[in-house]
Amino acid sequence: MMVTPPPSMQSDEQLRYAGLMEWGARLGIAVLLVTFTLYASGMIQADIAPEQWATLWNKPLHTYLELTARPTGWGWLHRLDRGDYLSLSGIAILAGSSMASVLALVPLYWRRQDRVYAVIAVLQVLVLLLAASGLIRAGH
Amino acid sequence: MPKALSHPAAKPLSARIYFWSTVILFVTMGMAGQAWAVSETTSAGALVPWWVWSLALFGVCFLMGIVSVPSGIGGGTLFVPIVAGFFPFHLDFVRGAGLMVALASALAAGPTLLRGGFANLRLGLPLALLASFSAIGGAMIGLALPASVVQMALGGLILGIVWLMLTSKNSEFPMFTAPDRLSTALKLNGVFYDAASAKQINWQVHRTAQGLLLFVIIGVLAGVFGIGAGWANVPALNLLMGAPLKVAAGTSGFVLSLVDSSAAWVYLHSGAVLPIIVVPSMLGMMLGANIGARLLVVLRAALIRRLVIGLLLFAGIRALLKGSGVWQ
Repeated sequence: MMVTPPPSMQSDEQLRYAGLMEWGARLGIAVLLVTFTLYASGMIQADIAPEQWATLWNKPLHTYLELTARPTGWGWLHRLDRGDYLSLSGIAILAGSSMASVLALVPLYWRRQDRVYAVIAVLQVLVLLLAASGLIRAGH
Repeated sequence: MPKALSHPAAKPLSARIYFWSTVILFVTMGMAGQAWAVSETTSAGALVPWWVWSLALFGVCFLMGIVSVPSGIGGGTLFVPIVAGFFPFHLDFVRGAGLMVALASALAAGPTLLRGGFANLRLGLPLALLASFSAIGGAMIGLALPASVVQMALGGLILGIVWLMLTSKNSEFPMFTAPDRLSTALKLNGVFYDAASAKQINWQVHRTAQGLLLFVIIGVLAGVFGIGAGWANVPALNLLMGAPLKVAAGTSGFVLSLVDSSAAWVYLHSGAVLPIIVVPSMLGMMLGANIGARLLVVLRAALIRRLVIGLLLFAGIRALLKGSGVWQ
């Protein structure tokens, strides 16, 4: 059984990161579960109803996009009134939660004169921002 | 922890639970593959209602969660080859879901590992920076390649992981000579409390440049195949860089959370993340992992590894045969 030592053994950065990571994961999973339940139960209208997926999920990505005319990038944000798009919000929170956690490290490293790690943290945020920007997409 | 599991008398029961979980997982995989083959030859999967697939996915992921924790291999590594091999979902969507499953598991376990000092930010951040950048490239490559090529490469990779599991001997406290200049400059050291020995363990790493280079490659693989990279992170941190095994395993989870975030965004923006696959998988895996973590205390590591190696071998051969068109 894992015994957690007193928090004072770990750095402030590490403890701050752990707290933010915990809240990000909780929020993302909760939003994902609630929105997916609303969608799967039919309480919210959807462009693609759950029963239609059996004819779509076996298709390659490009065929699926052609058949459904689904938006890529951040296009789904304009259709949040639809259950199938609304469920993506929980996924985006989960994928984006690390960004906030890393960003919160920058002032701590800077104040401690740990410039190298402040720069590493900023670069990490930039990499995550690049990935999240929607500028990078791929397909066959 | 339930008393029944922590008591020595519970050992045979836990071993039976674990054994039957693995057997049921094998059988379910076979049945799912059979049902998929039938639905493929009829009207594109319409024979089987969506919720049956969701339930089957939940069940298989639940079993994967149980077997993944005691075996020390991440659920994400099992998820992609098994679900891609035995469910009707296209590999593009399975990889998107695989990244989300691995990400959710890493985010759920991360806070405890960070607070306990088993995951180390100073060690993980430089590695994660390079790996998450290369994971973006990996995701672009993976989604651009034909599915059959990725499927065959996945089979090869899984068989490679089997080989790695059979041959590598991770060390609790690996041989450590002296920290290199980069390790000293970045202060890649730490301390954690080891409950097993009731001692405070101080550690440092070496071969930092080689480790950074290896994490670039690990990031590409994670992006291409959508699998969690714990199978590669842990030996890289432990055997190459000399981090104690517990620190290697904990820091691997932290690195994974950033690497999978980067790759997951590319899959999400490309339209390859379907909540209808992600949600049952994530729920099943997390519940199963909870039970797996309880079994961890009482199971024999050698038995667990053998069963998981068998599972991976089966899934790897299936991926190779599916990619080459021999066994559709």
